[in-house]
Amino acid sequence: MAKIRRNEKKEMPALNTSSLPDIIFMLLFFFMTVTSMKEVSYKVRFTVPQATELTKMEKKSLVRYIYVGTPTDEFRKQYGAETRIQLDDAFAEVAEIENYIVNERSAMSESDQGQMTVSIKADANTRMGVIADIKQALRRAYALKINYAASQRTSY
Amino acid sequence: MAKKKVPALNASSMADISFLLLIFFLVTTSMDVSQGLARRLPAPVPPDQKVEDTDINKRNLFVVKINSMNQLLVQGQEMNIKQLREKAKEFIANPNDDPNLPKLYTENIEGLGEVTYTREHVISVQNDVDTQYQAYLDVQNELVAAYNELRNEYAQAKFHKPFVELDEEQQKLVQKVYPQKISEAEPKNYGGNK
Repeated sequence: MAKIRRNEKKEMPALNTSSLPDIIFMLLFFFMTVTSMKEVSYKVRFTVPQATELTKMEKKSLVRYIYVGTPTDEFRKQYGAETRIQLDDAFAEVAEIENYIVNERSAMSESDQGQMTVSIKADANTRMGVIADIKQALRRAYALKINYAASQRTSY
Repeated sequence: MAKKKVPALNASSMADISFLLLIFFLVTTSMDVSQGLARRLPAPVPPDQKVEDTDINKRNLFVVKINSMNQLLVQGQEMNIKQLREKAKEFIANPNDDPNLPKLYTENIEGLGEVTYTREHVISVQNDVDTQYQAYLDVQNELVAAYNELRNEYAQAKFHKPFVELDEEQQKLVQKVYPQKISEAEPKNYGGNK
């Protein structure tokens, strides 16, 4: 028999949110795994050149970066507008590259040492003289696997 | 004795905590994939050893020069960057057995059979100190593209698959037929008054 409700106030049932943390955790773990936290703050400004025959770098832990470009505005007063090299978090001279690479390599495990790649992230307008100096320094340090960082060319 | 009921844990703030963490990682994430042109540098020359000019037959040598104005000189001819890839491909493969292009060798490679290819060709890239990095990379890119296209064509003809889809063994064979030989000269100063 149908029950007739008159003025009874109908209460909204509480939304069951017990699975909400699970969903959020799932998202959280996704972002945790794709995050690469070790990103240096750039002291030089650069736009990498464009190319088409690009390969992705496989193991990020085996890649060391050399940044080449003009100092950013806050460092311009101190360092001028000439092209500078940045290793990790500091400006460096070409002569320091060799030492840096050797140190970084000896910190790696022995099996990884041969796999080390050096990525040169240089501005497209850099003069080749600077790049050639870096390349010579890398050769002396026996870091022969290199990678010229570039972005995908969309049009000529 | 009556069983004591364990009170339910209040987990309503759990979502808030995980939200907080989520937002932190969202903000700090950089999803960029670093990519670039992979190259290999030659081993260093010991300082006590003199740089020897290895004798390379002229027909086996492909010289690309880039000057300080980013202009190209390919085999003594001025050239546009867009023509370089075709020219390089012709040089590497020498399909018509041209006596001015690298010598062809016919060899029996296990897994491929009789193969005719230019074993001794060398591409030499020379640039000025004032050459722009982008111009240099353009040249490198075109040369790598020439090799990639040739390898792809060969893989397609032999295995009916593009090069990247071949297994490691097959890739090695194709690389043997088209070995990447881009040499970079020791830095010099061309036509500068410095």
